[in-house]
Amino acid sequence: MSRSIRAECTTMLPSAMRRAAGPAARSAPYLGRALRSGVYGVIIGVAIALLRRQSVPDTIIYSVGIALLCWFFIDMGRRLVVAWLYPSRRAESAGTRPGWPGAGWMIAVVLVGSMLGFTGGSELGDLLTGGRSLYFFSKADPRDIIGDLMFVVVPAVVITYFFYSREVLAEREASAQAARRQAAESRLRLLEAQLEPHMFFNTLANLHVLIGVDPPRAQAMLDQLISFLRATLNGSRASEQPLSAEFARIRDYLSLMQVRMEDRLRIGFELPESLAAIPVPPLLLQPLVENSIKHGLEPSVTGGLIDVRASRDGAYLVLRVRDTGVGLGNETRTGTHFGLQQVRERLETLYGSNASLRLEPAGDDEGGTLAIIRLPAPGT
Amino acid sequence: MQSLAASAVIAEDEPLLAARLKATLAQLWPQLRIAAEVSHGAAAVERALALRPDIVFLDIRMPGMSGLEAAEALAEDWPEGAALPLIVFVTAYDQYALSAFEHAAVDYVLKPVDLDRLGVTCRRLQTTLQSREQPTPDLPPQLVASLGALRSALSRPEPTPVPRLKMIQASIGTTIHIVPLAEVLFFEAADKYINVVTARQAYVIRMPLRQLLQHLDPHEFWQIHRATVVRVEAIATAARDDTGKVALTLKGHPARLTASRLYAHLFKAM
Repeated sequence: MSRSIRAECTTMLPSAMRRAAGPAARSAPYLGRALRSGVYGVIIGVAIALLRRQSVPDTIIYSVGIALLCWFFIDMGRRLVVAWLYPSRRAESAGTRPGWPGAGWMIAVVLVGSMLGFTGGSELGDLLTGGRSLYFFSKADPRDIIGDLMFVVVPAVVITYFFYSREVLAEREASAQAARRQAAESRLRLLEAQLEPHMFFNTLANLHVLIGVDPPRAQAMLDQLISFLRATLNGSRASEQPLSAEFARIRDYLSLMQVRMEDRLRIGFELPESLAAIPVPPLLLQPLVENSIKHGLEPSVTGGLIDVRASRDGAYLVLRVRDTGVGLGNETRTGTHFGLQQVRERLETLYGSNASLRLEPAGDDEGGTLAIIRLPAPGT
Repeated sequence: MQSLAASAVIAEDEPLLAARLKATLAQLWPQLRIAAEVSHGAAAVERALALRPDIVFLDIRMPGMSGLEAAEALAEDWPEGAALPLIVFVTAYDQYALSAFEHAAVDYVLKPVDLDRLGVTCRRLQTTLQSREQPTPDLPPQLVASLGALRSALSRPEPTPVPRLKMIQASIGTTIHIVPLAEVLFFEAADKYINVVTARQAYVIRMPLRQLLQHLDPHEFWQIHRATVVRVEAIATAARDDTGKVALTLKGHPARLTASRLYAHLFKAM
């Protein structure tokens, strides 16, 4: 039902947003850097005028011109170098941060760019003020040359570095935000998957009948439904719970299913006492058990057995969900594989390569499917 | 109204819900005889064909064969000259289907079964049965359209586009044969297997037909029967017989295929 559609929307969303933001987003950073460079030009101009006791407006005109041209030559230079170094986009992202050619190249770009900017800006200043500036290679005193260079090159380096780190920060913030959104989305989808409407409405329909014909059993079923709902809602918030709690939840779920399927569903559990308290991520087994029902036993006319068991293998906890249903590849309804994918992702996030989920045909005469989760468990 | 005697088959896999439907029907329509109660689609088809009830209640989701597939099978296999039973679908929650049901000529009932709502359905069924004086040899055209609409409404959209099949890997003994899809003339489903027929040879693959269908281009291959899918370009002639079925001959293969009445509408002169 809506799960698959929604999944499609959420995966489409970010790229659609990027497309919508398109050209504006691409030109905005350049404009922003140009404006900022202008503002820094004003500040530097005022500082120089006060230091050297020169005319403030004239110095600002020179300084802003130099700053803007420095920005122009450095930003465009950077772009040209990137385009020249990495003709294809893929190679670019493999090397350094996209759009930045690396420290060595950047130093060259900033030096050349700031000198060009200084020369051009001084000419521009001469044009606007009608004055005749003495820029550095015509000056006799080398100390003046170094002094002027310091006023251009040092700010250029500092400001370029500032722009660079701002971009890095913004990117980090964006990826942190994406991660937060992803976590919220997956919580929502998990919850939605737990409260699968078809299961829910069928359960309510059964409850409706039981209230009329067998009130005590109806009450028992309602109790199971309540604890299933409570565990589902809590489980989508908590980060871990004892294995016994996960088993209890699955027992509730399977009991509900048993009211619906009656003798088409047989249940087996095995949880050794010593493993009951081991903490596991909540709702970890639930998708596997649901798959067993949905793809294994529900399509089977005769039904079968679901067997859930925990065991220890050295430093690992091994959880097995086995059904004697129609088996892999024979299911009548093709699923979205959301359940399996979600279990895999959670194991990967929590335990990296230390945990695994395997799904295989159960290798005995009864057939069906076997799902095995291995995850590291602290020793007892 | 309540005096009309009729018979019905109920197909519902959840025993409590089947009991509830039966009890409610007994209350609303005492003269309705429940000829059989079955718990899966294949049994529904088999019992209905044997007992020829006036009405069949079909749960949409049942093990093995779904209610919709059962309805298609009934429409295809129902004996000529006999009136097809009225079909009522039963569902707890199928959000895509509800609007299709609203527009469909078939009736539907939501679980848990509501007394008033089922009463409306019963009156409608009685009216239809009374007005049906003689058996109609042809399928009611609305039913054909409705089943088609329901079929597409109930098949869940895939989260990712399914890749089109380029070749079929079929095993004969221990050897895997690679059969280019372009050589396949038609597919014929039998139980859990599909016969893959080319001009030269036939192969067997193990796959449900509906799963295979997802991987085929619907313009390249047409389903013409619930068990048959044929390459459109391989069809030479199509001749409609007086029962509404269409007999097909193929180019480059002696096989004769039959398009069922549900799919006969595909074959019209331009």
